[in-house]
Amino acid sequence: MAQSQSLSDDIAFKSYDPHITRRLIAFIQPYRLQFSLALILMVVNSAGAVAGPYLVKIAIDSGISAASLTKLRQAVVLYLVIAGIQWAATYLRVKIMARVGQSIIFDFRARLFEHLQRLSLSFYNRYSVGRVITRVINDVGVLREFITWAVLAIARDLFALVGIVIAMLSMDLRLSLIAFTVLPLMLWATSFFKKKARENYRLVRSAISWVNSVLAENINGVRVVQAFSRQEINYRYFRDEVNQNNRSVNLRAARIASAFPAIVDLLGTLATALIVWMGGTAVLAVSQGGGDAITPGVLVAFLLYIDRFFDPIRDLSRRYDSFQSTMAGGERIFALLDTPVEVQDAPGNIDLPPLRGEVRFENVSFYYSDENPSDEAQLILDQINLHVPVGQTVALVGETGAGKSTLVKLISRFHDPTQGRVLIDGFDLRQFTQSSLRRQMGIVLQDPFLFNGTVMENIRFGRLEATDEEVESAAQAVSAHDFIVRLRLGYHTPVEEGGATLSVGQRQLVSFARALLADPRILILDEATSSVDTQTERLIQKALARLLQGRTAFVIAHRLSTVINAHSIVVIHDGRIVEQGSHAELLGQGGYYSRLYRSGFED
Amino acid sequence: MKSLLRLGVFVRPYRIQVFLALLTLLAITSISLVIPAIIRQVIDVGLAQRETRFLALSALLIMGIGTARAGLTYWQRYLTEWISTHIGFDLRNRLYNHIQHLPFTYHDHAQTGQLISRCIEDVRAVERFTGSGFVELVNLTLLLIGIVTLLFLNNARLAAIALIPMIPLVLVTSEFGRRVSNYFLAVDNALGELSSRLQENVTGVQVVRAFAQEPYEIQRFHKANRVLFNARLTVIGEWAKIMPTSNFLVTLGTILILWFGGQMALRGEMTIGELVAYNSYLLLLAAPAGQLTWLVNMAGEAVAGAKRAFEVLDHIPEIQSPPDAVTLPPLSGRVEFHNVSFAYQGDTTRALENINLSVEPNQVVALIGPTGSGKTSLVNLIPRFYDVNQGMVLVNDQDVRHVDLVSLRKQIGIVLQTSLLFSMTIRENIVYGRPETSEEEIIAAAQAAQAHEFIMVFPSGYDTMVGERGVTLSGGQRQRVAIARALLMNPRILILDDSTSSVDTQTESLIQKALASLMEGRTTFVIAHRLSTVRRADLILVMDGGRIVESGTHLELLAQGGRYREIYDLQLRDQEQFREEMDSLETAASAAFPTARLRGMETE
Repeated sequence: MAQSQSLSDDIAFKSYDPHITRRLIAFIQPYRLQFSLALILMVVNSAGAVAGPYLVKIAIDSGISAASLTKLRQAVVLYLVIAGIQWAATYLRVKIMARVGQSIIFDFRARLFEHLQRLSLSFYNRYSVGRVITRVINDVGVLREFITWAVLAIARDLFALVGIVIAMLSMDLRLSLIAFTVLPLMLWATSFFKKKARENYRLVRSAISWVNSVLAENINGVRVVQAFSRQEINYRYFRDEVNQNNRSVNLRAARIASAFPAIVDLLGTLATALIVWMGGTAVLAVSQGGGDAITPGVLVAFLLYIDRFFDPIRDLSRRYDSFQSTMAGGERIFALLDTPVEVQDAPGNIDLPPLRGEVRFENVSFYYSDENPSDEAQLILDQINLHVPVGQTVALVGETGAGKSTLVKLISRFHDPTQGRVLIDGFDLRQFTQSSLRRQMGIVLQDPFLFNGTVMENIRFGRLEATDEEVESAAQAVSAHDFIVRLRLGYHTPVEEGGATLSVGQRQLVSFARALLADPRILILDEATSSVDTQTERLIQKALARLLQGRTAFVIAHRLSTVINAHSIVVIHDGRIVEQGSHAELLGQGGYYSRLYRSGFED
Repeated sequence: MKSLLRLGVFVRPYRIQVFLALLTLLAITSISLVIPAIIRQVIDVGLAQRETRFLALSALLIMGIGTARAGLTYWQRYLTEWISTHIGFDLRNRLYNHIQHLPFTYHDHAQTGQLISRCIEDVRAVERFTGSGFVELVNLTLLLIGIVTLLFLNNARLAAIALIPMIPLVLVTSEFGRRVSNYFLAVDNALGELSSRLQENVTGVQVVRAFAQEPYEIQRFHKANRVLFNARLTVIGEWAKIMPTSNFLVTLGTILILWFGGQMALRGEMTIGELVAYNSYLLLLAAPAGQLTWLVNMAGEAVAGAKRAFEVLDHIPEIQSPPDAVTLPPLSGRVEFHNVSFAYQGDTTRALENINLSVEPNQVVALIGPTGSGKTSLVNLIPRFYDVNQGMVLVNDQDVRHVDLVSLRKQIGIVLQTSLLFSMTIRENIVYGRPETSEEEIIAAAQAAQAHEFIMVFPSGYDTMVGERGVTLSGGQRQRVAIARALLMNPRILILDDSTSSVDTQTESLIQKALASLMEGRTTFVIAHRLSTVRRADLILVMDGGRIVESGTHLELLAQGGRYREIYDLQLRDQEQFREEMDSLETAASAAFPTARLRGMETE
């Protein structure tokens, strides 16, 4: 389990970053028409709200007071119409903003997902599942709240604030200035709480991230947890450390979050008290014949305005939280969107024509770009030169970490070489689009990963347009058909997450069928045959022999038969090709291969 | 609504705090009514009597009351947050612990993304409401009752008219509450589904890339994204209807008063002043009515969250220690299967059919057979990861269903094909099953598992972090740490899978050695792929279609000339021939290169 809260993703964020705001606005841009419409509807609403009391006045003054039932009826009907308009305006406004908010986050999620599909595999070595989910689900969710509710509310609050300030100033300058004396205090409090709130917000985020990752890991590993009877210890750890941390951080944040509105409230009262005292004194002074004309009516109105004045401020301070999280969420989302796609199709890339399958490595070196390139030992592949003629099978042999997997990953362009180039049929791989390349390539990975879906869907993943018959014959070719038809619903049996309901061997057979269905020109087998039982493996070996025929194949193999049957064996050690030749040749050399061979296959 | 009531269990421990929060809120509401009264006094009395001192005094009074209100506001907010946080804490703990105890059967079908989203998002929805929402709701209800009473006391006839729109308001709001919780449920499910899609795509990214199926996956994600989009729009669509409707109905009250009250005033049954005052009372309803719909919305979200949380909590783990469980003494190592049949949940075909088996202490049992023949199912019954459908499994002559699970599982060591390690230090991973272990024992276990050497190569040795934030161990290294982990348990019964997937040949031979030392002096069940293991076994079980089709020792079964013989001829013999071939080769090679012995060379 993740060891401490500091591990979670805490990009230090600024409270307001114009750069992020600009980019957020770029996402909102396409909906500016809807925004304007919603704003207009909001104005209509406010106008209606103002008109209401006025109509009451009309009804009373020209209706009831004037003893005119007609005027009363007119006023009442008008009021009814206005209420109806208000209903429609609010309804439309919420609908529009809901759609806009949802569309924007839909766009965000779609963009993020598409970007994730393009990021190179080394990105996934660094970025955990939990973090990806937090980005795409939670951080984007925060934006939704902000766009749907806060943007318009802020506009309304600012509007109201300006209006009230103008009204106050035009009514009485001196009283306004008295009321505004609390504003510096307000600013000071805001900046103080802003800082605190930001800190807390970060802590709260990382606390929930910690909870998230501990949950994810333990649910994934629940079988090991139970096998080792760790439930009690894990529970105590979760309760007393992880969840407890989440609780105390949240309580700390609550203390600050509760204090701020109380302070705003207090300042509002202070302003009221000041007006009562100083304004009242001024009224008395006036009536005693002194200077300015402050009437009791002005005083009353002023006191009402002060209440109204603090309403939008209170609301803005509440929205500020939402704004804060939006900035933080936005920053993390853009950080992910900005992660460069290392392996990228160049603009002029063309679709690969049907391949013959000749592969050539020319002086290929490779290291992970995020590691220090100056260190020689970091090189994963070092000056690889290799030529594989059409239709040949190459067995790659070497220790774990020697660079075999990386070598085959370069062929399918999961990575681009740091130096040198990889050629297929004489063309540099970087000239072609990745998808056209991979569509002609079959890959069987170490972990037979299956998706949620039926067995049929999992096999068809190799070639979506394959018919049911084609799927079945691929399954038959790799001896998977027999066990599949014995499953509860045959080919339509659902495979649960990660293939939990199938045995490891069965999962592997399904993944073979998937690769076979793709009918690739170049086949890459990465140590995939090692965990099938002997009988099944025998069948697969046969199927593979047929499959390999006429295709260029790279096999990372441990099984003797595969190695012996290969046209050529390439021995890799520390990222270099140290030996190359047929089984007999290499054994005769008595070098690295023969040593590996002996120590590995003795029982 | 039932789910909301059930949440009461989680609220009950904090009823004092809830009561206090309610009290403070009521105090704030009443104080807020006092300040306008003071202001009225100031204007009426202070200004009329021309008392400067009175003004200063009033200002001080307002300040004092305002300070009290600010303090109370602070406490009220903090208290409700405190309640929320504590309820969320409790609920999350309960969920986590419950999930940990749910049996394999449950996890076979559950999606990690969905479970996590219940522990995080759904708990959040619940705590948000149970804290502030609940208290506000009570406060509002009291306030509404107060205003309505006031209206009736003032003028019963007008009240009867003005409150007519309140009837549809109540109906519409409660209908909204009922509906919206279902819509929120749809949103939560859609969100869980979207998380699962993401989770799967991140874990399976290599496969997606390998088959160039990014467009297909993007399209699937779009679909899930669209479902969420629609679910959200439905929820807000409801909100878009209820919010203006509630405003409209309150306004309608005013209009009715104007119309009927106006006519009453025209007839001279009431004064205009009374009418205006009455209307201003009625307007007091507007804010709470609006807030009420918001709270109902929040409650709907909480109900949906509670439903999803209870769905997990209501799943009673089928596999638990019975109340009168026998705590197992140190095991002798005897294991018996009596007429055992077993089928996975939802499967019609049986994974195991009528298994009878008796294993003496310290015997090594090798299971062989094709993929899906029931080998893993059989061994999973011994630590009671699943329960049999028929027959019984006996360990130490006790039915495993009658013994204390911890005492059983602590004495069984398991090494699975996929060696899952946790992201903590190597040391913590090794002591996973026995946290109170001395350094010597840890090192001894690691050495026996052939892991010590590679561990010491890391700069931090045993304190090296594994996983995301630390080193990435290779498949072979993971497997050896897993072996050390099982070895440290010093189990009487050992279950292992000797397939050494995805490791190079040298590592494989190291693992084989580690496994051999692990098996010594224990009852061992091994899902065997290698001749050496099979030949060494005291009992070989050949499985097919969930049955034991042959059993005996290597030599016995060879002599029988049945299924085992077939498998042997097909595959195992290759290995043997190869070994012989190698032996002669080695003789030749070591003659040519006397120093070329590389056994045990550490490669990683």
